[in-house]
Amino acid sequence: MSVDKQTVAKIASLARITMGEDELERMVPELNGILNWVEQLGEVDVSGVEPMSAVIPNTLRLRDDVVDADPLTGGGKRDDVLANAPAAEHGFFGVPKVIE
Amino acid sequence: MTDLTSLGVKAIRDGVASGDFTAREVAESFNAAVASAAELNAFIVTTPDHALAAADAVDAKRAKGEALGAMGGVPIGMKDLFATHGVQTTAASHILEGFQPQYESTVSRNLWSAGAGMLGKLNLDQFAMGSSNETSYFGNVASPWRREGTNAAMSPGGSSGGSSSAVAARIAPAATGTDTGGSIRQPAAFTGICGIKPTYGRCSRWGVVAFASSLDQAGPMARSVEDCAIMLGAMAGFDAKDATSLKMDVPDWEGALNADLKGKRVGIPKEYRMDGTDEAIIASWEQGKQWLKDAGAEIVDISLPHTKYALPAYYIIAPAEASSNLARYDGVRYGLRDLPEGAGLQDMYAATRAEGFGDEVKRRILIGTYVLSAGFYDAYYNQAQKIRTLVSQDFEKAWADCDLILAPTTPTASFPLGSLNDDPLTMYLNDVFAVPASLAGLPAMSVPAGLNPDGLPLGLQLVGKAFDEQSVLDAGLAIQQRAGFDHAPERWW
Repeated sequence: MSVDKQTVAKIASLARITMGEDELERMVPELNGILNWVEQLGEVDVSGVEPMSAVIPNTLRLRDDVVDADPLTGGGKRDDVLANAPAAEHGFFGVPKVIE
Repeated sequence: MTDLTSLGVKAIRDGVASGDFTAREVAESFNAAVASAAELNAFIVTTPDHALAAADAVDAKRAKGEALGAMGGVPIGMKDLFATHGVQTTAASHILEGFQPQYESTVSRNLWSAGAGMLGKLNLDQFAMGSSNETSYFGNVASPWRREGTNAAMSPGGSSGGSSSAVAARIAPAATGTDTGGSIRQPAAFTGICGIKPTYGRCSRWGVVAFASSLDQAGPMARSVEDCAIMLGAMAGFDAKDATSLKMDVPDWEGALNADLKGKRVGIPKEYRMDGTDEAIIASWEQGKQWLKDAGAEIVDISLPHTKYALPAYYIIAPAEASSNLARYDGVRYGLRDLPEGAGLQDMYAATRAEGFGDEVKRRILIGTYVLSAGFYDAYYNQAQKIRTLVSQDFEKAWADCDLILAPTTPTASFPLGSLNDDPLTMYLNDVFAVPASLAGLPAMSVPAGLNPDGLPLGLQLVGKAFDEQSVLDAGLAIQQRAGFDHAPERWW
């Protein structure tokens, strides 16, 4: 399978990355090079093989159902959470107007 | 007095403990070495005050007769992928420039608790995506090594290139690295140092900027196997904040080190003999077999039939996970915001990400978005995950015949910066020997084997069973004792 400029533009839009015409032109052969190369995976017989979900056998744990069980990941940290926001306002993340 | 910057982790820790020198003297020496090595561009920010404060705390403890910790008095470099409280953490990207974490990653916190201090945040490939340290927003890192008779700047490998460059140049006794598909082992091999990626889950990923979460694993980089064993012990441990953290005790790897390999079977995978592998690398591999045999191991031929598919599978899985992980960089919560005149929310996301990500990062996000998109998910992503299962089963089957595996770390020695940039694929091939162990989550280490005819370091790789870092370290020690690698790059910086 290979991609054309229109497809790359669609992927870039899905990934929320603005790309100019030049950049799209440049990406097409680069992405096709990679996609053609990974195409070889199609040769492998994978019938009956399960896709890997966990690389090392491990059990999923549940934490204790307690508020702020671990203070490092607990609540009450509004100012810390907002400390790096480009536009924090009134204790919230500021964004451009979304509703017209 | 000894030049303190010539010492490694163990020598510094033991010297501070026995009072041969103070932790402050050590920190001052390395701070000065870091300051005089700006040409390497190994650090994005330096933190001499952090190193001094940690050293003073260790010296004060010693005065009071208290225990100094496994890394007591050792100043280290911290890859700038670990969140450090109040110290800029960028992942070498523009999008995180100026980001000051309000928390400390578990791995760095563990190291500080063990008495280590921080010399600074080390440069890397942007979001750990690269094999040459040429994708950083903050410029390329140069290896301290040069090809004999030339002055061309060489690659320190990647993505932990600041780490490898700093440790090889003796401006840090050790550094943290992270390995997603070879990012500890390949730079270690390129610069003549040691580096181990432990079993997936040994080191907490909490507070490590995520690239591909099912593969990312932190580990130490240092100039000896003993130093790696000490530092890994300080980094590892169960962390409830990481859902994939291993709930297992951390063994005393340092205390149990044993270079006698009697009774161990070392597998030599025939599929690793690939076209295009450097002659000198093949020769070092042969030499490595001999060294392990001398140490008492039995050498056995094994087969890992899906080896050639590991790398292409990796270049689906890692970008897929990256495209998801990097969706968080949106110009809202932290980092860069690019808000063009009159732009709405969606335009702001797209403009911010266009401005904040480098080319390689964009390329991988696009590949990842494509292989996960409707209609292609099965053909690409699911197929790759099935092949990942097969790669992992190859290792499982091999363990019937051997206890660990010896292979080259890389197909070539280091190359000049800028020489492999025409085609992303040629760069990817650097990790062809490193990626299989990553896909299977196995512990793997690179140790220096010798120099090639150009005077550049070559590494040998050891891969072990899950949770068996000890055998990997032991075999690494056996190679280290026989290789006697004591070469240091000639200072030009």
